[in-house]
Order: sequence, then C-alpha cells, then structure tokens
Amino acid sequence: MTIEILMPALSPTMTEGNLIKWLKKEGDSLKSGDVLAEIETDKATMEVEAVDEGVLGKILVLGGTENVKVNTLIALILEEGETTADLKIQGTPQNSEPTPSEKSLPISPPSPSKSQEKTSLSGISQDRIFSSPLARRLALEKNLDLSTIQGSGPRGRIVKKDVEETSKKPVSVSSSSDSAFEDVALTTMRKVVAKRLTESKQTVPHFYVSMDVEIDALLNLRKDLNKGLGDIKVSVNDFLIKACARTLMDVPEANASWMETFIRLYKTADVSVAVSLDEGLITPIVRNAQSKSILEISAEMKSLREKAQTGKLIPSEFQGGSFSLSNMGMYGVSSFSAILNPPQGCILAVGAGSETAVVRSGVLTVATMMTLTLSVDHRVIDGAIAAQFLKTLKNYIENPVLILA
Amino acid sequence: MTSETMPETITVREALRDAMAEEMRQNPNVFLMGEEVAEYQGAYKVSQGLLEEFGSKRVIDTPITEAGFAGVGVGAAFGGLSPIVEFMTFNFSMQAIDQIINSAAKTLYMSGGQMGCPIVFRGPNGSAARVGAQHSQCFASWYAHCPGLKVVSPYNAIDAKGLLKAAIRDPNPVVFLENELLYGQRFEAPPSGSDFILPIGKAHIERPGKDVTLIGFSIMVGYALEAAEELAKEGIDVEVINLRSLRPLDLETIFESVRKTNHCVTLEEGFPYAGIGSELSAQIMEHMFDFLDAPVLRVTAKDVPLPYAANLERLAIPRSPEIVQAVKNVLYNA
Repeated sequence: MTIEILMPALSPTMTEGNLIKWLKKEGDSLKSGDVLAEIETDKATMEVEAVDEGVLGKILVLGGTENVKVNTLIALILEEGETTADLKIQGTPQNSEPTPSEKSLPISPPSPSKSQEKTSLSGISQDRIFSSPLARRLALEKNLDLSTIQGSGPRGRIVKKDVEETSKKPVSVSSSSDSAFEDVALTTMRKVVAKRLTESKQTVPHFYVSMDVEIDALLNLRKDLNKGLGDIKVSVNDFLIKACARTLMDVPEANASWMETFIRLYKTADVSVAVSLDEGLITPIVRNAQSKSILEISAEMKSLREKAQTGKLIPSEFQGGSFSLSNMGMYGVSSFSAILNPPQGCILAVGAGSETAVVRSGVLTVATMMTLTLSVDHRVIDGAIAAQFLKTLKNYIENPVLILA
Repeated sequence: MTSETMPETITVREALRDAMAEEMRQNPNVFLMGEEVAEYQGAYKVSQGLLEEFGSKRVIDTPITEAGFAGVGVGAAFGGLSPIVEFMTFNFSMQAIDQIINSAAKTLYMSGGQMGCPIVFRGPNGSAARVGAQHSQCFASWYAHCPGLKVVSPYNAIDAKGLLKAAIRDPNPVVFLENELLYGQRFEAPPSGSDFILPIGKAHIERPGKDVTLIGFSIMVGYALEAAEELAKEGIDVEVINLRSLRPLDLETIFESVRKTNHCVTLEEGFPYAGIGSELSAQIMEHMFDFLDAPVLRVTAKDVPLPYAANLERLAIPRSPEIVQAVKNVLYNA
C-alpha cells in the first residue's frame, strides 16, 4: 500500500489552504521529519513533514494551488519495495469513501479534540469536489476554480447554475488605469479577520469600561531596568502583559469564556497580544504569563512578533488564549474600543501615554496618563467584575514593583 | 371554431388499418395473418374492412398457435412475400420468439445476405388495464436488444400510419409495438395520400423546451406531454422527444436535445432493469458526458410482475405525476 498524504487541517477552523510549494520532488527519498511542502493556512505558513520513510511517488496537487480542501489527497508515498507501478492502482478513481486510511500520513495538529472531530466528519465531502460533468467543463471554459464554487446539488455537487452564478460575480481584481478605484482580491487572512470579527461584533454583547492610569512609575522602572540590562530592551507592553496576567489571577472571573452551554474559567493567564501585519493582524499568545518574568515575556514577545511578521507562527502559538491585549499607544491613539476575540470574555485596548495636567490633593501637577478600555462579553462578565479588573490593573501599573513581586 | 378550421382527427386504430389497406392496395405481396384478424376484424378491431376488401387469401385467420403462424409468416417472407403478422398482444409473441429472433432477425446475416425477411410483427404491447402480469408486459427492450430486428413504437395516428407503412415496405423484419389504450384515442389525421411514410430511425420532437429532455415512446409520450404542461406552470420548460423508433435509435436528435437542456429523464412502461432507459442513459453518458448537469434519470414500471389489483397496478406503472417528480429531481428542484 502506498501512503496517502492528505491536505492537513492545521487549525480547527481550517477548511482549506494554499499549497505554496513542494520542497521534495517525485522520486525523492524521504525520512521521517523531512519537510515535504509548505502550506498556507488561514493564519500562517506551515510546513508539512513526512512521518514515514519512503519515496515521494506522486504529487497530485501541484505547488501554487490555492484553496485546497482539507483531506484532499495531495501526494502518494511509496513504501519500501514499492515502485511507481503500484501507483497505477492508486491512481485509479478512489473509493469515494474518503475515510483516511490508517496509513494516511497523520500530521499531528496541535489543536484539541472538539473542533478536530468536526473537521474529520465534514471531511467526507471535503475529500473531493463533487461537480457535474457540465459544471466542470463550464468552469474550465470560464477559468474558474471549482474549489471556489459552492455546490447546490446533492452532496454539495456543483452544477451548471452554481458555475454560472459564480461567474457573474465581479472579478476580484480590476486594474483599468482610468478607473477611480481598485478592487483588491482578499487574502486568506483578510477573510478570516472579516469573518471572525463580524461574528464577534454581531453575536457577542459587548460593553466597554474605561479607566485612566498614571504610568510615570512604570516608565521609571522600565528605564532603570533597561539601563541595567544593556542590550535588552523591555517595552511598556511587556509590563502590561505581566500586569494583565497578575490581574487575571486576582480577578479570575475575568479570565473566562462563554462556551454557549457553560462558562469556562481559565486557570492560567494566556495573553493574546495583537500584532499588526501588512495583510491583517494576528494574536500570538504568551502562555502562562502569570508565572513568567518580565524578561521571559519580553523575549517571547520578540520571537512571536518576528514569527508573525514572517508568517511562521504555528497554530498553537496563535490559537487559544484566555485574554487579549491590543496596544495602539505607539500610534498616539488616546483611547479606543476593541472587538472581542471570541470566545475570550475580555480584551484590553491600550492608548498612548501622554503628559497631562492632573489635580492631586488640590494641587495641579503633571503626570503621564494612559487610557485603558476593557471590552467585555456581558454574557460572561458583569460590569462590577470589569470595574474590579481595571481597578486591580491600575494598582499594578501605578505600583509596578507589585508586578515584579 | 368552424368545422373547416378544425383539424381532421382519426383514431390510432383507424390509422393502422389505413396503413395496412394502402400498402395492400399498392403491393399484392402484402398480406395479414393472425388470430381473429379476418372474420372478427381483429381482436381490437384494427383490421376492420380488410377481409371484405382483400379477401380471405390475403387476410387470414390462424389457429391459436403463435409459434406456428409466426413461423409460416417468416417462411413466406423468405419466399418473397411481405407478411404482416398480428399478435393479439405481444405477450403472446413469447410463444413465437424463436421464430422472431432466430429465424426472422438472423437469417439475412447467416445467409450472407442471400435471404432476407421482410416481415412485420405487430400488435398491442405493454400493459392495458387489469389484465394481469402475463398480459401486461412491455417487450421493447426484449426486441430492441437483438441485432437484425427493427423495433418501432408509435404514439399518435401520424406515427401509427407513417411508421406502419414504412415497416411494411422495409426489407428487414420489423417489430411494431402498439398500445391497446391508444387504439381508441383520436389524434390529428396523417397527411392524405398513400405515399406518406415516416422514416424508421427518426425521432420526433413533440414539444420543444430548454430545461430538460423527456424521452419516451408510445403511450408515455402522452404522459410526458401532460407532465410538460404541468411543469410549464412552474416555469420549467420541457422538451418531449417521441422516439418512434427504438432500434435504430435516433441518437442525433437525442444528443442535440441533451446538449441544449443538460438534463434528461427517460420514460417507459417496461421494467427498469436493462430497459430502453438503460440504453438511453448509457448512450447519453458515453457521448454527452460533458453536457450533463445531472445523472440521467429513468422513469419505469416498478421492478415487479405487474399487480392485478387496480390500486397496486396504478402504483406500478408510471404516469405523469411520476414524470413531474422525476423532472424536478433531475433539475435539483425537488
């Protein structure tokens, strides 16, 4: 039996991905751990590794193919003693039961069970695209990719009507020079951002709580720390991650998710930090931030940020998280309200620190102030908890030694 | 409407009689034989007036022995005559099937072209109403299966006359499948003149349409037209093809239609297994694969001996409601 390599589900939300390129060619011998191909998921570029030894017998989905459905057969590996002649048997139309055989190359997805099961169940129809012969011919004539067409027939079969409706939709890119606008094709990340945030804003009952905090003490502590560290520079954001983590331990009700039929309370502070990218944004996670030092957090954020910017984050580095932090202070934003990152119950939006006239014990003085805005899912967390969270956080920020304690 | 603008109509029974009479007048070698065809003027009164006009030498009552008189007919054809053998129903032709297949159909081939068999086997085929399983069978696929035979099956009076005249003139054995329930139905009369014939092997588009092709023959054409009317109310534009000839098949007309509609339903009163619809499906699949937007669906009798009980008989034989449903299914519109 040749070993089937199926398009892996690299994240629970992944239904399809782009096969960027093959790093092995047909005839190459493989050993376990060899990188076979690069695949772009909705969030990142991932490497597919060989699990078994063998020879790459046949590449069935070429590099550069977009929107390859999860569980599509992408290549066949010959086991020891097999020759390309064995491929012929495989090459004949597959049994339409797409249940991946035990021999299928399992590319262990890091994400947990529930959504995983969902992927493999729906895999029955994802294994191949059902389409009528006419629909296939029309799609070919119109240069349409069948995987981009939603089928309306039995088992999702794409029929003539579906192809015609798709071809009527506007072409994704128009580049007429005298046009007053340009239509830009959607990237996978853009689509995911759009889908998730629309869902969040439309289905999650958000409310917002703001508080001004003074950060002079924190800035001084940071300055001292950086002076002592030499080349390493710790950012205000690193302090904020740690401060949030400590606050989440103190106010565990805020470290929670609405799970439709129950509320999940997290025991660790896994802080998702929004990182802006050219094509969108991603939220790599500092896990167990409550038990990491500022330096550890700083080093980890640096590495995560670099990976995010080169598309090399692996799903476990950006999926999950119990709380989100979005800091736009570096842009001079005074304050803003963030959209929740489901299923998390809170996201903290951080504005810029600026010198402000404040009255303290009847005396006008100058302090560096920063506005924090907490967006909250009211299904999980009520106003009092949100207020308590901000109050606790304020205390940590204004007394930063406590963060380090 | 005045009587002058009303199109003249005749029954299928009359059209068949006219066809035989015209050919017998034109060709003295043509004669009719079968049970009750002469004195009784046909078990279904199809041969009315023929004994009177042509005499008992050319309109011959036979004993109740299908194998016998079919064999006599085949021999006469070998000898140069043009017999018309009437089976009281095609159900009884099973008695004579050896003569039809082994003698009539194969002799031209087996004699190396030295001896042909210009004979017509005709009579009602398929189910009538409450005559039981043995008397309700469609033999279309049985005979169409065999090389050497031509098989035709008329729907209306024009078909009946034009095709029967063509069958009588054809130098090959022709199985001519009529339908008892159609005998008394009135249709537009065929063009007058004894030279009117319809070519065997050519189908007729009874109703043009663009959404789906219904292919039927004999009485199913009528149900197809009913179904098409019904579907038109829902905006579904149905093309109805009357096959007329089951062998040879007019694949050109069928393919052209499917190329246009991309959806096809075949209709027959016979059993589903290896039926005419099976052949049509296979031909369409092989040649029109890239034009199909859905699998070809077959509307057939149920795969059981036809029940005698009226309620079960109705359920076993397809009629227009079943066709309407099949069209919706094939259009993913159910």
